[in-house]
Amino acid sequence: MAASIGEKHKVSTRAQIRMLPDGRRLHMHDGPIDLIVEAFGEAKEINAAYNAASSRFVQVLDELCAELIFLRSPARQNGPLPTGPIARRMAEAVKPYAEQIFITPMAAVAGAVAEEILAAMTSNAKLSKAYVNDGGDIALHLANEETFAVGMVERPDRASLFGTTTIRYGDLIRGIATSGWRGRSFSLGIADAVTVLADTAAMADAAATVIANAVDLPEHSGIGRGRACDLAPDSDLGERMVTQSVPELSQREIRVALELGLDVAERLEASGLIQAAALNLQGETRILGSDNCAPSENISRLIWSPAHA
Amino acid sequence: MADDAIRCDACPVLCYIKPGRTGSCDRYGNADGQLVRLDPHVVLERAVSRGETVVPFLEKSREWNGALVSGEETFVTAIGAGTTYPDYKPAPFIISSEIAGVDMVTVVTEGIFSYCGVKLKIDTDRHLGAECSIVHAQGEAVGHVTTNEYGSQMLSLGGVRHLTGGTRHEGTATCDTLLNLCNRKAVELKIDDGATVVVQADKPPIVDGVQEERMRVGCGSATIGMFAKQWFGKVDDVVVVDDHITGVLSEHQAGKLLGVPETGIKLKGRRSTPGRYFRVAEPGTSWGGTNIDDPLSILAPFDREVARPGMRLLMVSTTGEHFAYFELDDDLTPKENQLPEVLRESVARIRENCEPALCTVLFMGGAGGSLRAGVTENPVKLTHSVRDALTRVTCGGAPVYVWPGGGITIMADVSRMPEDAFGYVPTPALVAPIEFTLKLSDYATLGGYMDHVRPLSSIQRDTDTRRRLGARADNPWPLASEKNIK
Repeated sequence: MAASIGEKHKVSTRAQIRMLPDGRRLHMHDGPIDLIVEAFGEAKEINAAYNAASSRFVQVLDELCAELIFLRSPARQNGPLPTGPIARRMAEAVKPYAEQIFITPMAAVAGAVAEEILAAMTSNAKLSKAYVNDGGDIALHLANEETFAVGMVERPDRASLFGTTTIRYGDLIRGIATSGWRGRSFSLGIADAVTVLADTAAMADAAATVIANAVDLPEHSGIGRGRACDLAPDSDLGERMVTQSVPELSQREIRVALELGLDVAERLEASGLIQAAALNLQGETRILGSDNCAPSENISRLIWSPAHA
Repeated sequence: MADDAIRCDACPVLCYIKPGRTGSCDRYGNADGQLVRLDPHVVLERAVSRGETVVPFLEKSREWNGALVSGEETFVTAIGAGTTYPDYKPAPFIISSEIAGVDMVTVVTEGIFSYCGVKLKIDTDRHLGAECSIVHAQGEAVGHVTTNEYGSQMLSLGGVRHLTGGTRHEGTATCDTLLNLCNRKAVELKIDDGATVVVQADKPPIVDGVQEERMRVGCGSATIGMFAKQWFGKVDDVVVVDDHITGVLSEHQAGKLLGVPETGIKLKGRRSTPGRYFRVAEPGTSWGGTNIDDPLSILAPFDREVARPGMRLLMVSTTGEHFAYFELDDDLTPKENQLPEVLRESVARIRENCEPALCTVLFMGGAGGSLRAGVTENPVKLTHSVRDALTRVTCGGAPVYVWPGGGITIMADVSRMPEDAFGYVPTPALVAPIEFTLKLSDYATLGGYMDHVRPLSSIQRDTDTRRRLGARADNPWPLASEKNIK
């Protein structure tokens, strides 16, 4: 039991912060936020980084909730900015989409939190590398010559990788995010998982949401959809129809849905909003950002290799 | 806002949650109008040595090799199992394991108890408050003082009226108090016109800042009976000061039988039977649970016809904690003197015979309709099966007492349950683990969810999400074949 009821609105008793049994990773939990943090470097630097992460973490949920109404409202291109640093990262990340589609800053909340905690760590300690994993949305820090191996999971309830990639110091990528209808957040689309690599975690988070929404078969009657507000009355998606179930699709249907998502992903890549993306739907995977369409030399070095399902 | 959605106040996000769904954290859900929390699941493992106490397994070592033990050695508790929501759904875990050739089923669930509370036994002679006085925690009424038992004051805390019948804050304070007591944490209680007492399961009570050391050996009268022989011939009279029944050796039946002569002693208060006095003083936290610091204040002048100078008088409390020795002067006034060596032993003996004072916490709750519906399609059959002792009920693997009569109302000693076995939902209500164990064939007969029965091995595979604990040696093993599991 986390907190004493009478005191539950005090941050100190609500948030849970502990080292995982491996003695390396830090686990921080508060309300809907659940972070796994790992830093690499000298022991005293790691210690300083974890202390910084903890002190920043206990403020996060209250800070976000103070502006929750604003953060759940549609983003506007030149609208007012929120005040909290995390909220600003969120608003910044969704701004490029504001003119074209409905999106709220909440689309980038996980990535923005991860970035903020990572920033607290790297500004207080000298680390060779570090990551903050916020439920699959990951912010990375890489010093010279360091690399990160990343695996992608098709369905959160099945621990099988559909792809792996390696991120290097020279890549611009410092954020990874995954979105899909099976995940914790609602999706307007039917992708099982869309994993995006981008410059920042908040950018990756917003883009993954947008691309996953686009992987869809709007006319398919077999797809179970419900109004977001009927499922979660205070969802930022209001009356929009969110995916509840997806029947087995034909190969043609899978192709069509993935193409719709890929179109969007390509546009985002062309505008520099993402570096790479992997779209997964019922066992089929489309990858953008591999050699044939790599916009930069950095991306061409990414290795996308299918792993067995 | 939608009428059937509930507001979760577990964190500042304050999600509105529809029935059957979870909030943004995926940890709290709306269970038929009640908020439910899911926690890691506890597996009680019968320690090979049988002598180990409960320890959180993964905290100590993550190097557990995952080796399967046989069904007789592992029992899945309801702690963290989740609850049955909505009502008609089968319980989260229905586990089968083979015990001595008989297929046993344990239905495991976490119950949300709105009808629940704790019965607190506080070992003390000190006056904590008058019967029926209100007990406060966090400034809210959370229960009341009930009977005085032998050497202990009983409090009854919680219950549906405090949980749901008062203000929101009263409910929250009550739930918090119950939760802490059940999870064996310390709680400060303030009794109307009485004491402030800090209570914690298995720990001595702290009454008005003073830690209670020992329980009384008996009431004043009983103490006379127990020690009369040891005092005979060494002292002329003994008064055992007690807020309830003060005893006087020379008048008491025990003294009469030994031939102790009259001393002319006169006590204030009301004489019940010879040598037994009620209300010699007001209740308090001093001598024998009275308010007196000077024992002579309960004595009236000695009978000048009977008493003689030089008579020796011992006054002692029911715990031996307070004592004083007097001799009558020429004016028949008691003058305090040093306790003679020959009496020192008897006072020490009283102290020795007092057990350590403790607080004990019994959780009491009623298994409601939805909980029973999680076990079987025909809930009343479960009630009958428990009544007929075909089904054994445990709380987090600890034995329970099932009250006779209708329904399934249970009491369990929280000290015999694993740590942090209880949770809460902000409605407010307590979440307590409850397991029903019975023969597979009986389970089928009472309309159990046979298609949801899982073998124990399927639970043991995913060890990462489960806490494995050693079973307590002083608890009967929940799966042990016993007469009452026919």
